[in-house]
Amino acid sequence: MLTDSDLQAIWLTTRLAGITTLILLLVGTPIAWLLARSRSWWKGPLGAVVALPLVLPPSVLGFYLLLAMGPHGPVGQLTASLGLGVLPFTFWGLVVASSFYSLPFMVQPLQNAFESIGERPLEVAATLRASPVDTFFSVVLPLAKPGFITAGVLTFAHTVGEFGVVLMIGGNIPGVTRVASVQIYDHVEAMEYADAHRLAAVMLIFSFTVLLAMYVRRPKPAKGD
Amino acid sequence: MKRLSTLILSLLAVATAHADEVQVAVAANFTGPMQVISTLFERDTGHKTNLSFGSTGKFYAQIANGAPFQVLLGADDETPAKLVKEGNAVAGTAFTYAIGKLVLWSADPKLVDAKGEVLKKGGFKHLALANPKTAPYGAAGLQVMSKLSVAESIKPLIVQGENISQTQQFVATGAAELGFVAYSQVIKNGTIGSGSGWVVPGNLYDPIRQDVVILAKGKDKPAAVALMNYLKGPKALEVIKSFGYELR
Repeated sequence: MLTDSDLQAIWLTTRLAGITTLILLLVGTPIAWLLARSRSWWKGPLGAVVALPLVLPPSVLGFYLLLAMGPHGPVGQLTASLGLGVLPFTFWGLVVASSFYSLPFMVQPLQNAFESIGERPLEVAATLRASPVDTFFSVVLPLAKPGFITAGVLTFAHTVGEFGVVLMIGGNIPGVTRVASVQIYDHVEAMEYADAHRLAAVMLIFSFTVLLAMYVRRPKPAKGD
Repeated sequence: MKRLSTLILSLLAVATAHADEVQVAVAANFTGPMQVISTLFERDTGHKTNLSFGSTGKFYAQIANGAPFQVLLGADDETPAKLVKEGNAVAGTAFTYAIGKLVLWSADPKLVDAKGEVLKKGGFKHLALANPKTAPYGAAGLQVMSKLSVAESIKPLIVQGENISQTQQFVATGAAELGFVAYSQVIKNGTIGSGSGWVVPGNLYDPIRQDVVILAKGKDKPAAVALMNYLKGPKALEVIKSFGYELR
């Protein structure tokens, strides 16, 4: 039913979304923790920066990423001096771009989860002489588990649905940067509507299933402690 | 009384000027010249133009699905012909308004030599090309590479732009070292404005005939007809030539 190049695009998309989700779990957790716990003045600016990809059009994000990661941009010069070459038109370029693009989808659910835990469990843990690290892993993580699941699933699904940014910095290379959304766009542009339908249907079913699973298993609001 | 007469006068003015508005879909490679031409056209005729720029393939899909465009300036002659055949464009109105020229271009002033030897020598990591399935300039670039027998060696280096504008963007930002773009995108005062380039000889690719056609939605629009006539006129031809296109 799906062609080899469709399957290749789907596999590439899955890999991109998986790696992006892992990276954002590592990067997004401390950011969400800071946002949830801090009362400092920079909480506002940091929150705004994290939320930027929600409101910026992909064309803005893609354009600046292309400039920044190109050979004359600061990121491009850094990666070139590290011997990594420049990132546009590479898989890792897409990973970096997706990490920006999907950041709020990781941070915001985590921040909500951390905030809803409240001070009390942390104080209790502290009176029991738990170290902050111990507290995080034995108290915070289990309590925030639903938040982690939501954040992970949303980040993965949102990265799968990415289009504008990957179109602008990806260069549409089969097996390297041609993800499913771009492949569908290509089919449509080339008037291969039957192919477009097949792949688009797969994306639609995937997105719906993911969201359905999340809404069905969403836990009831906690009643406090 | 004074107010009433002003009202009547202004109504008369509107009625006599026959100012009309036309929705035009323009192939991305013709962005520069069309902006100049539409300004002249609006000044000379009093009609107004609303321009959209993009790839011809995308416009085709949009028009076939009821987009409100009234005139299409395509990047090829096949799409207008197909639109006529399918009843989405007016038969007998299509004509070639420009013949496109292909250029191998780099933002680096030293990379591309005057004979395009760089294609054989290499020394670049990425070559930008508009999607050959949908963009005539992309297809022409591919043709040039096979004629020079470098297609196989360069294929792994190709990065694809969605249309010719994005392809130029890849090259202009330096993200891709060089690429095949339309001459009209890099020309300035009759020569390549910045970087380095090779205007590909016409015998290396099929002529890129760009046709314009009145679409079904522009059938009875005076401004659409006026624009078609204007494109054949001396002022428009002058502009088209100055952007490096050949005329029919």
